[in-house]
Amino acid sequence: MSDVNTTMEHTHAEAGHHAHEAHHENFFTKYLFTMDHKMIAKQFLITGIFWAIIGAFFSVVFRLQLGFPNADLSWLAPVMGRWLTPDGTLDPNFYNALITMHGTLLVFFVLTAGLSGTFANFLIPLQIGARDMASPLMNMLSYWFFFLASVIMFASLFIPDGPAQGGWTAYPPLSYLQGQGMTLWLLSLTFFVASTVLGGLNYITTILNMRTKGMSMFKMPLTIWALFFTAVIGLLSFPVLVAGFILLIFDRSLGTSFYLSDLVVNGQFLDKGTGSPILYEHLFWFLGHPEVYIVILPAMGIVSEVLSVNSKKPVFGYRAMVFSILAITILSFLVWAHHMFVSGMNPFVGSIFVLFTLLIAVPSAIKVFNWIATIWRGNIRLNPQTMYAIGFVSMFISGGLTGIFLGNSTIDIQLHDTYFIVAHFHIVMGVAAFLGMFAGVHHWFPKMFGRYMNRSMAYMHFWVTLIGAYLIFWPMHYMGMAGVPRRYYSFDAFDAFSQFAGMNTFISVVAMIVFAFQILWVANFFYSIFRGRKVKESNPWGATTLEWTTPINPGHGNWPGDIPEVYRWPYDYNKNGHEFIPQTVPMEEGELEHEETPAPEKVS
Amino acid sequence: MTALLIILVIVLVLVVLLQIALTSDFINFIKGDDDEEGRSKFQGTMLMVFLVFGFIALLWSVYYFKGRFLPEPASEHGHLIDMNFNLALLFTGIVFVVTQILLFYFAYKFRYRKDRKALYFPENNKLEVAWTIVPAIVLTFLIVKGLTSWYAITSDAPEDKIVFEATGKQFAWVLRYPGVDGELGALAGRDKVSPTNEVGIDWNDPSSKDDFLANDIVLPVGKPVEVQIEAMDVIHSFFLPHFRLKMDAVPGITTRFWFVPTITTAEMREKLGDPGFNFELACAELCGRGHSSMRKVVTIVTPEEYDKWVKAQTPYSQLVGAYEQKAPLQTADNSNTGTPLNAEIN
Repeated sequence: MSDVNTTMEHTHAEAGHHAHEAHHENFFTKYLFTMDHKMIAKQFLITGIFWAIIGAFFSVVFRLQLGFPNADLSWLAPVMGRWLTPDGTLDPNFYNALITMHGTLLVFFVLTAGLSGTFANFLIPLQIGARDMASPLMNMLSYWFFFLASVIMFASLFIPDGPAQGGWTAYPPLSYLQGQGMTLWLLSLTFFVASTVLGGLNYITTILNMRTKGMSMFKMPLTIWALFFTAVIGLLSFPVLVAGFILLIFDRSLGTSFYLSDLVVNGQFLDKGTGSPILYEHLFWFLGHPEVYIVILPAMGIVSEVLSVNSKKPVFGYRAMVFSILAITILSFLVWAHHMFVSGMNPFVGSIFVLFTLLIAVPSAIKVFNWIATIWRGNIRLNPQTMYAIGFVSMFISGGLTGIFLGNSTIDIQLHDTYFIVAHFHIVMGVAAFLGMFAGVHHWFPKMFGRYMNRSMAYMHFWVTLIGAYLIFWPMHYMGMAGVPRRYYSFDAFDAFSQFAGMNTFISVVAMIVFAFQILWVANFFYSIFRGRKVKESNPWGATTLEWTTPINPGHGNWPGDIPEVYRWPYDYNKNGHEFIPQTVPMEEGELEHEETPAPEKVS
Repeated sequence: MTALLIILVIVLVLVVLLQIALTSDFINFIKGDDDEEGRSKFQGTMLMVFLVFGFIALLWSVYYFKGRFLPEPASEHGHLIDMNFNLALLFTGIVFVVTQILLFYFAYKFRYRKDRKALYFPENNKLEVAWTIVPAIVLTFLIVKGLTSWYAITSDAPEDKIVFEATGKQFAWVLRYPGVDGELGALAGRDKVSPTNEVGIDWNDPSSKDDFLANDIVLPVGKPVEVQIEAMDVIHSFFLPHFRLKMDAVPGITTRFWFVPTITTAEMREKLGDPGFNFELACAELCGRGHSSMRKVVTIVTPEEYDKWVKAQTPYSQLVGAYEQKAPLQTADNSNTGTPLNAEIN
């Protein structure tokens, strides 16, 4: 591991007080209890990859059940153990556990912590020109709270009655009626939120206070804007989730009944008064919906950056991009109840949420058009990260458009809780966010580890993932339109649903192939850390942003000398005959900011 | 064993791919000149191939699954929902085709070439305004259409509606009909639930006397029907896919949905040429182990057949002996399923 950061100790004394720490590093302070934002980012990333493998493996197992109903899985017994019935089929309770853990792990532990945690930590100080986060200690705590949440969640896989089985939404009273797995699930996510809040506060503070000289807000790269608003959303919505969880913990442990009314469970009467699970649904979705923007905004930022750098063309409509992120941030808090159109909520309330939900399609559309305009008449190096970014835009279009169906309460009556919604959110926030993440990892891998990822492997992985994802999720729309409900262990009982058995088998086979290729990506990732081609030039992609002005393997404190000063916005590509002009290059005499382009030929 | 074998093969294939990738990158590295132009051309061409084959596959799949997407709607409001669906499909379809083509075509057309210069084109307010306003107008149209339908669907049911009650519990639906008087007896509270009073009916309410429990849902065609949805333990969801009807069953509150069936089961069987066809009721909210087994058959009959069926049912109160002092309530514990549908209707 020592060759990963060979130059770590070569930070100069003038790099400020952070540099001193670099001299007293041992294994624990350097790799474990580190306060260096770059190492914390790598910790988030590697923990995220760990969870992604487990979460994806769970999906393969329940796809086995769906594609090959009641197949003999006893060969999986060494891994699955008592999750199988004596005759080798998957136990329905554990099927529910698998879908619950798949959702929880991927939404929170991978696409929130793994994506936002990685790139916010890595890019914010590097791209705004800061030596570290505002509070490196809080940053370290943020990771270790996440780690604690991970340990608890992992432990819940091994307890006798299995992990939580109530879906990732954990609606009471179902979640109320469950065993220890649900207790651990709630505990774990409470710690997880602590991690997110600590991280989010830090990201916001750092961006607002610690930008280098000349780095005004509107000279920040779009990655930073995206991560900034992600942190704002997280900070405002995650505490509400915790409130919801704590009331649920009270209901489960202290005999309160915030969410419970008089119930009859298995013939047993439970005297619970007149609470309502709808309250929980509101609290949950007040986070639950902004959460999808927490997942997708960092990916959007990464994609904007990657497309611009690799097309060698300014991102189109920088300010429109910023304001559309702002609009998404605001609207994201006004749409949560579109998950509840058929929950028994007052239909008038529903109609308000239809309005805001469909409105949010406007800023999303602006972003898509701007990305397409960015690559138009560019000079696009179709590097793997560019391919991932194009895949992201394609997926975001496909998944975003189906949101217009689901956000319309009338249509949602039929599509709610069917495979249509499964297809929608997997495409728009699952696959798309993952493609954004792959783009980001590939793009900044040289900065993270001083080496390149293997390109051929990345191309192979990209193509299998893109084609596979469409083959898996596109047909699910058809099933959903026919009404096939999600979270079904088996469709055998229903004539209307079992007609898609062939399609389910097909989807399962493709899912397994795609899973295998994700393992290929992970292999590439770890192989390249240690054996990848070494980076020889400090700015391998020809980018303008500040992180490429650091040494190839920056130490703690990032810049050996003074922090560079910034003079221009981050997207001066192909301006005045220069392929790219770094932000640190002063404006020339009489040079105009991006508002007035020097040679606007095509514009009418 | 075969599964292990398959896994082994997959692992081997992956290892082979890994080796190929490593070698090809290594060769590039040895040769020293990274052919960025050729690489971009190959990947760009692949993007175009993907685009073309993607659209062909899309068209083929639409043709192949034609008629299975949205099954023939069997209720009045179902047509309204389908109309909204098709409207959304029209607009999103256009956007989908245009944007995907532009995205992949631009990536191919403007791929890296040594002699190409990218255009410095950072912004254009006219374009931004255009692609803000056009989606906004289209969405406003969809919102207005959607909400008009939404208010129509969620409006109060007509006075002459037929009411029945569906109570979700782990893992079955209990169906209660009002009997000849057309009025459901009140519920007395969940604490009154027992093997002889499955949903806790208030026997003091006179209209409860002729209520009956049914095995399956039977409804007349062309009459407004309101289903009152209850839940006993956890949240369930009352879902009739053919009728485009879904409403959660929430413990503690009564939810409602009214609709007008437009086609009888017999007519539907004839139309589809499938004598085994049945409308179905499913649960659409994860409710535990047996979530995927909460099925009931829905039979739509002519009003005459319906009246006949209602008259043939034995009231629940009579079955469990609610009004007969001499019969202790505990003895009649097996009679919670009502009487099956008449043979000639089924």
